[in-house]
Amino acid sequence: MQLESLYQEVILDHYRNPRGKGLRGEWQGESHQVNPTCGDEITLRVNLNRAKDQILDISYESQGCSISQASASVMYEQVNEKSLADFEKIFDEFYAMMQSQGKFSADEDLIGDGVAFIGVAQYPARVKCALLAWMAAKDAIGKATQ
Amino acid sequence: MSLVSQKVVLDVMSIRRDFPILQVKVRNEKPLIYLDSAATSQKPEQVITAEANFYRELNSGVHRGAHYLSELATDAYEQARARVAGFVGAKPEELVITKNATESLNLLAYAFSNQNSPLLLKAGDEILITEMEHHANLVPWQQVAEKTGATLRWIPITESGELSYESVEQLITEKTKVVSVTQMSNVLGTINDLDFLAERARAVGAKFFVDACQSVPHMKIDFAKMNADAIAFSAHKMLGPLGIGVLIAREELLDQMPPFLTGGSMIETVAMDKSTFAKAPKKFEAGTPNAAGIVATAAAVNYLENIGMEQIREHEKELTDYLLKGLAQISSVKVFAAEVAQRGSAVSFTVDQVHPHDVGQVLDDDGIAIRVGHHCAWPLMKKLNVHATSRISTYLYNDKHEIDKFLTSLERVKSFFGVK
Repeated sequence: MQLESLYQEVILDHYRNPRGKGLRGEWQGESHQVNPTCGDEITLRVNLNRAKDQILDISYESQGCSISQASASVMYEQVNEKSLADFEKIFDEFYAMMQSQGKFSADEDLIGDGVAFIGVAQYPARVKCALLAWMAAKDAIGKATQ
Repeated sequence: MSLVSQKVVLDVMSIRRDFPILQVKVRNEKPLIYLDSAATSQKPEQVITAEANFYRELNSGVHRGAHYLSELATDAYEQARARVAGFVGAKPEELVITKNATESLNLLAYAFSNQNSPLLLKAGDEILITEMEHHANLVPWQQVAEKTGATLRWIPITESGELSYESVEQLITEKTKVVSVTQMSNVLGTINDLDFLAERARAVGAKFFVDACQSVPHMKIDFAKMNADAIAFSAHKMLGPLGIGVLIAREELLDQMPPFLTGGSMIETVAMDKSTFAKAPKKFEAGTPNAAGIVATAAAVNYLENIGMEQIREHEKELTDYLLKGLAQISSVKVFAAEVAQRGSAVSFTVDQVHPHDVGQVLDDDGIAIRVGHHCAWPLMKKLNVHATSRISTYLYNDKHEIDKFLTSLERVKSFFGVK
């Protein structure tokens, strides 16, 4: 069934039990991203260490479809407390998979539960949903390190 | 699955045979169930052929050149204009061909913010729209307000999904210069009382405009009898091709309006330092026009009139009643504006705990096409206290079997996402 490949159980689990959700304390960069086709949105904050090479916390408030919500949760799980160098690697891997129309076999060591989004990559209309939180994180980090 | 019995208003089976795309299989060989006609309608063979035949037999520049084909193309272009105008009770001179209804509304709005326009608004003037407008009848007026210092106001909607007519008394005043409203909400399906609003607008000397995108495809519209200065609609929602919009306006208004686009075709005389413009509607049709498109739009009009607009309206009423009854029986489904006095075939709903995008995805897996999102009516979503809805919209080629399949698929949405 196509539908089950899109909504893998791990995605539905992140959707129902989002990790790291909620806006928290100190932060240096904030990003608000909207998907103008459906109105889904996320506000995401990033708190970096003093040297600005390490993520201390990513916090976010969001509303939207199961794919966008699960993706935010997976992103949090994978990149929180990582170095910015690692963030780049993880981001690039997930991004490449989402742009591959389902052809790119991503490294699970890098993106963890993110590999479950391979099915989403086959639905062009949903790729944006899956990338929303990731784009917000990249943008917020960009602002924090300016 | 319910047993389908229906009084036959339309011969849907034979209508469906005219629409090639309804034979297309989607998502693993499933028959297409197209319930998204409020976004864009499908096209019958007659329209597709008319557009193709223009290129096969008539293609050349209209309104230029003395050669035979150019004469034929010009003739076809102007006949098509007259045909489409006649369909909505307007004169050919009142019909401006644009590329879509959004352009039509922008052209209209431009007349109120252009410095050289006799219609230019000023600070203190007011523009009145409604809370249920499509962005196309909202954003251009925001722009006018921003440029001129005029104030944009809107008629709120009630809990039941209708305009708050009681607030109109306060909102339409001597300051009101423009009232622009949708005839039928693209989200709720609500049909607004234009006579009431037009009368109030007239009483204070305001111009009255109608976004008729959702109404013209589905019901008989008579501009001559309508108390409106202008209406806008698009061909692609009424079985016609993409790329054709229509603005119909009273001639006195068109004469006052400045052109929005300038260049070839719209001039009378041109010197290096100054030009004069052709009379409307040509004044507003700069550049090489989409002649094939308007010819195909005329074919769409022929098709609709052969079926009969009253019959189409009856058919849709029956389908919509059937749909609303079906939806009412499914728990955890909320229908918006279910009880409004007058409605069209667009019906918005939400499923508890399931985002509309996810609703649409499960339906899509069953071959069912609906629209999900904010429907280009973001402020209305805020008013309804949702971020998005799912919308089903039917047309003359839909039948009750399709509604049944839709309702069954909606149950699948619930079970898939574990909604009680």
